[in-house]
Parts: sequence; structure tokens; C-alpha cells
Amino acid sequence: MTTAVDVTALRRRPGLRRLRVFGQGPLFTAAVLLLAALVAVALFAPLLAPYDPDALDLQATLAGSSTDHLLGADQSGRDVLSRLLYGARSGLLGPLVVVALSTLLGILVGVVAAWRGGRVDALLSRSMDLVFSFPGLLVAIMFVAVTGPGMTAPVIAMAVAYTPYVGRLVRSIAQQEKARPYIESYLVQGWSGWTICVRHLLPNIAPTVLAQSAINFGYALMDLAALSFLGFGVQPPTADWGAMINEGEGALLQGAMLPALAPSVCIMLAVVAFSIVGEGIADRVAKRDR
Amino acid sequence: MTAVTAVPETTGASGLVVDGLRKEFGGRAAVEGVSFTLRPGGSLGIVGESGCGKTTTARMLVGLETPDAGTVHLGGRDRSARARGRAERLARAREIQMVFQDPYLSLDPRISVSACIEEVLRLHFPLDAPARRRRVAELLDQVGLGEREAAALPRRLSGGQRQRVAIARALAARPQVLILDEAVAALDVSIQAQILDLLAGIRRDEGIGFLFVSHDLAVVRHITDEVVVLRAGAIVESGPTTSVLTSPEHPYTRLLLDSVPRPGWDPARISAGRRALA
Repeated sequence: MTTAVDVTALRRRPGLRRLRVFGQGPLFTAAVLLLAALVAVALFAPLLAPYDPDALDLQATLAGSSTDHLLGADQSGRDVLSRLLYGARSGLLGPLVVVALSTLLGILVGVVAAWRGGRVDALLSRSMDLVFSFPGLLVAIMFVAVTGPGMTAPVIAMAVAYTPYVGRLVRSIAQQEKARPYIESYLVQGWSGWTICVRHLLPNIAPTVLAQSAINFGYALMDLAALSFLGFGVQPPTADWGAMINEGEGALLQGAMLPALAPSVCIMLAVVAFSIVGEGIADRVAKRDR
Repeated sequence: MTAVTAVPETTGASGLVVDGLRKEFGGRAAVEGVSFTLRPGGSLGIVGESGCGKTTTARMLVGLETPDAGTVHLGGRDRSARARGRAERLARAREIQMVFQDPYLSLDPRISVSACIEEVLRLHFPLDAPARRRRVAELLDQVGLGEREAAALPRRLSGGQRQRVAIARALAARPQVLILDEAVAALDVSIQAQILDLLAGIRRDEGIGFLFVSHDLAVVRHITDEVVVLRAGAIVESGPTTSVLTSPEHPYTRLLLDSVPRPGWDPARISAGRRALA
């Protein structure tokens, strides 16, 4: 009888079931939709933005929310909504490069360490520990001190700083995977280690790595925003969430919340969404392996 | 000692010739001075308890571990050292293949049954696509699997079906020797019998030599002609399976035989016997 009850209960709420994406709950779906919207905004910012993000309108200085400026205007009278929409571009592009580079490097280092073992493993693992022990932000600021402000140096520095997060994970799961008889059976069949790693080991550990990279994306976004906030990253007048918070500080003192609050909320939402997606994928992998 | 262990140092001997194999893990010898010969098309069992070194021995034969001392020859070809280069890897793969204990872990979860066998064919033989497909069907048919299983991913199959896939995959390389490392230990008793029958048929038809690593004396009695008894990494007794298992000379072999549950079986006496032996 209980089974019958469960079935009808499910039938009565088709909406909730349809919300399931990737076998996860509504929260995961919401996070995915939010991130998809974020990407769309970054791609189509010129079409969506009501104003030029850099256009000054001194009459609108520190204007509050109105039909003219939905999220108000900042100290120079620039439309906050337009700057927010354009800010999604540097907000996503920077972390994308960081995550892409650190994932590639991390996979390379982790798989080689796990596969070769012995001295190679010891050398690579100690190197990762060394990188791990430097705060990423500090390294990025040191890079900036050498090369001058801009996004290239911090992005490279952050990519290096994030590599151990991926590399350590890949090393440990690749070690487990390597010990499984299916990998050994490929060795017995006469395949080269390289082929086995690329064709069989990597695809089997890829979902776990993807989960870690999604979580890293959120943190990288936050770190790069912090750099821009400190004035080391994206330079004014380019619209960037971190830089906008910095510029909005003055407005905050004059009683205007939106110029600093709006980008802060965007950063928070993006970071939380990336974490939820990452955790969701990790959950899914754990269920599959059980 | 019987003729099984009397191995001449000269190469050129046919079959699988193992001489003075030794492997240490962390300063402790897991395998010590193991020698035996498996004649072409023969069937040899390696028996002993868990941790006696039988799996380590099998792994050295197939090349998953490198021996610290001793040699492994097949058809006169040395395969003791680590394989260098693609040609050597492939040649060795066509000499010895292996079926692993756990059929749930020995197949790539992402690769379908037919694809996992086709991979082996593509690596080893210059067949065109239709010929390869025919050979896959033939191999699956040989282990009693049909088209439905061929298209399936491993997770859709039972343990017995997976072990059949693993056997077909091992046969795909046309090896001279097949090592079966506890290959039926993870299966239900009724499935065990089916797989053992299947293996006996394959040996009869193909003339492949079998090396059967097992703790199960009933299985070994059923499928092997000769047997080697390992204890703490060393051979304590070897000879024709029937004579070793009916009239064992070494007390350890006798203990193994007494340990098999049967009517009138007394665990306390066996534990006492084990203490006396140690």
C-alpha cells in the first residue's frame, strides 16, 4: 500500500519532478539556471544594457532606483545595471581562464604523479605542497608588482595557485583508479601507459575533476574580484564587479548603497551557485560509484 | 621433488618455465624461490591460503610485478624484466593473458562489451571492421553470450556474465597461456560450475595452457592436471593434482585438505593442527 501512496504523491507533483536536472534537486536546478543566465548576460551585455556602461551623466550622480536607472547610478552618474551586466564579462572570463589552466595543469601533474609513482610522484607532490603553502592572492599581487596592474599576470598567478587543488585530487583518485583491475587488464593487453591514461583513466575520473573545477570557479571569481577591489586587477573605468565595489565605497559613505551592494550580491550569488553545482556533481559521482 | 619442479636453466624449452622467482615487499619476501613448468596446453593449479604469495606469483608471470630475482620464460622467450617498447608489450600480451578475481572491477564501466573486445582485436590484429565484428561475435559466442549482451555496458550484466566477458576479452589476444586468478571465487556456486565447464571446453578446443590460482581445492581438483602448493611464499609440495590431493606428503597440504568443511569436520582440530605446524 505504501508504494501506491508514494506513486500518487509523485504524480500529483509533476512540477517538482520536472525540476530535477542531472538527478539533483531544485536547488541544483536553480543554480544551473542562474549560471546559464550569467553566461547569457556576459555574452549579450551590449544588447541587454540600457546605457553605455562608461557613459558619464553628472546629473544622475548617486541617483537612487528609478525607471530611468533601475539600480541607480554611481558617483560619476554611470548606470549601475549596465555596469553590472558588462561586469559579468570580466567576472566570468578571468575565472574561466584560471580554471581551464589549473584544471589542465592539475590533471597533467596529478595523473603523471599517480601513474609513475616513486620519485616522480614524490617530486611532483612536494612541488604541489610548495605552491599550496603560498597564499594565491599574495602571489598574484607579487606578479602585479613586477608586471604592473592588469588581468594577465593575476590570472596566470591564480592558475598556478589553483593547480594543487586539482592536482592533489587527481593524484589521489587516479591512484585509486589505477589499482583497479580494469586498468591492469589494459596493461596485460599490451597498451601503453599513455593510451590507458588518456582513453580510460581520465574519462573515468573526469566527473570528479569537473566537480572540483566548478567549486574552484567560484573561488577564483571571488579572488579575482578581490584583486580588482584592491586595485591590482581590472583597471577603471572598465566595468568589473570587484572594481565597482571599490568605486562604490565612497558612495556608501554618502548613503548610496546600490553601487557597492549590487556587485557584492552578484559575486555572492555566482560563488554560491558554482559551489552548489560543484557539490551536486560530486554527489552524483558518489552515488554512481556506490 | 617431482618432475614438475626440475627445470633446466637452458631456454628453448616449450611451455611456461618459471625458475627461482623471488619478490620482496618492504624487506619481507612475499615469494621465495618459486619454480615450476606449465607444459603447452597443460593446466596447473597454484594453491595456498590468502597471503601465501600465489597472486604475487601470478602478477609476476603476467608482468604486473617485476621479480626481484628469478626468470619467467614462455616458449623459450624471456619475459622476466619490464617490457621495453610496443612490439615487446604486444608479443608478451599474446603469450599470457589474465582473468581477474572481481568481475565487477575488471571491466571499464564506460565501455560496452563488444567495444572492450574490439579494442583488443584492433591492438593486436590487422583485421578490417567487418572481420573484427565477426570475430567479436565469435568470441562472445564461445563464452555463451549473445548480441544483447554485446551491446550492453558492464553494469547491466550479472557477475557470471561479466566474468564471461573477461574470459572472451582475454581470449581475444589468442594467448598461449591464460592465468585465472581466483577467477570463480567471487561467483555463486552454481555460476562457478558453469564457468568451470566453459573453461574446460575452451582448453579442449583451443589448446591454451591454464594457470589456475585458487584457494579452492575442489575447483583445482576439477580443472587442473598438476598442482603447486605454496606456503609463506615458497613451494612445499607439487605434482599431479590427483596424487597431491589424495595422498599429500607435506603436513601443510594435509591441513589444507582437512580444512575443507565436510561431514564430521572439526574446526578445533584443524586450528590445533595449524598451531602444531607453525
